[in-house]
Amino acid sequence: MIALLFAVLTWRVLSTDEARGLAEAVEAGEAPAAPDFELPLLNRSGTLRLSSLEGKAVVINFWASWCEPCEEEAPRLQGAWERWRDRGVVVIGVDAQDFRSDARRFVERFGITYPIVHDARGYTLGRYGWNGFPETWFVGKSGNLVGERVQGPVTEEQLERNIELALTS
Amino acid sequence: MRAILAAGLLALALATPALAAHTGWTPDELERELTCPTCQTTLAMSDAPVADRMRAFIRARHAAGDTKAEVRERLVAEFGEGVLAAPPAEGFNLLAWLLPIGGALAAALVLGFLAWRWAGGEKRERAADPSSNGRVSLDPELERRLDEELARFEG
Repeated sequence: MIALLFAVLTWRVLSTDEARGLAEAVEAGEAPAAPDFELPLLNRSGTLRLSSLEGKAVVINFWASWCEPCEEEAPRLQGAWERWRDRGVVVIGVDAQDFRSDARRFVERFGITYPIVHDARGYTLGRYGWNGFPETWFVGKSGNLVGERVQGPVTEEQLERNIELALTS
Repeated sequence: MRAILAAGLLALALATPALAAHTGWTPDELERELTCPTCQTTLAMSDAPVADRMRAFIRARHAAGDTKAEVRERLVAEFGEGVLAAPPAEGFNLLAWLLPIGGALAAALVLGFLAWRWAGGEKRERAADPSSNGRVSLDPELERRLDEELARFEG
């Protein structure tokens, strides 16, 4: 029993370190593989698996309906989706720590048409070493994290710069 | 007029307990059993926006007459089992309940065994030497030094 508990504790510490290492690697200019996930879609039917988008540049935005800075960036993310989608870019909103009904109202209010997934258990937050809402990551065509990890509302400039980089990675 | 006012105040004072009696639970007690997903403190202690939203949901469902279990289940469906301040006593989570109890029992057994063995060993030592008459025998080196000291004192 004690050995089992110790194993669980070790696994937890190592997985936390892995997530922290991911953020540090991106900040150091490295391109670690983006942790894969498959989550139910909120504004479409079915699920979305990140790895199914290999060959496309992906913007992953972590948000929640109660987060005020998320309201500020929502139109920018929608604008980026509309501008870049024909050039092989996918914007994904990962809604977490939120009521699904609230998230759907937010999606309607801001006219969001890019895919939104709901992470009820916050599984992806831990894997990406999430630090608070909103947070945005960029995935290159090869499936690796590239560019900046944006903490706080993402700007137009950050979107343009990192999407261009993701398209060439 | 006074009678109407008094009746109104009395009805207001009785409203909350009456509703609690109707549903068998109060929002406050459920707020102490759930944690805020952002800050990991209980809902009752958290001032995070998501906690405000969860508290509003609990109160709305309480007013609608839902049972405590129904509201808890809905919140677990939205936020995962991580919102439960104590894990449910089933499946793998049973370990969280059984391990402390098992650990305490095992520690008590080990301590009891050690105490029994220590007491039994001492008794066996005394019984082994009938001339000691129940007294504990001294270490030979200590006994030698004691004899020397006594001889010096007497001399």
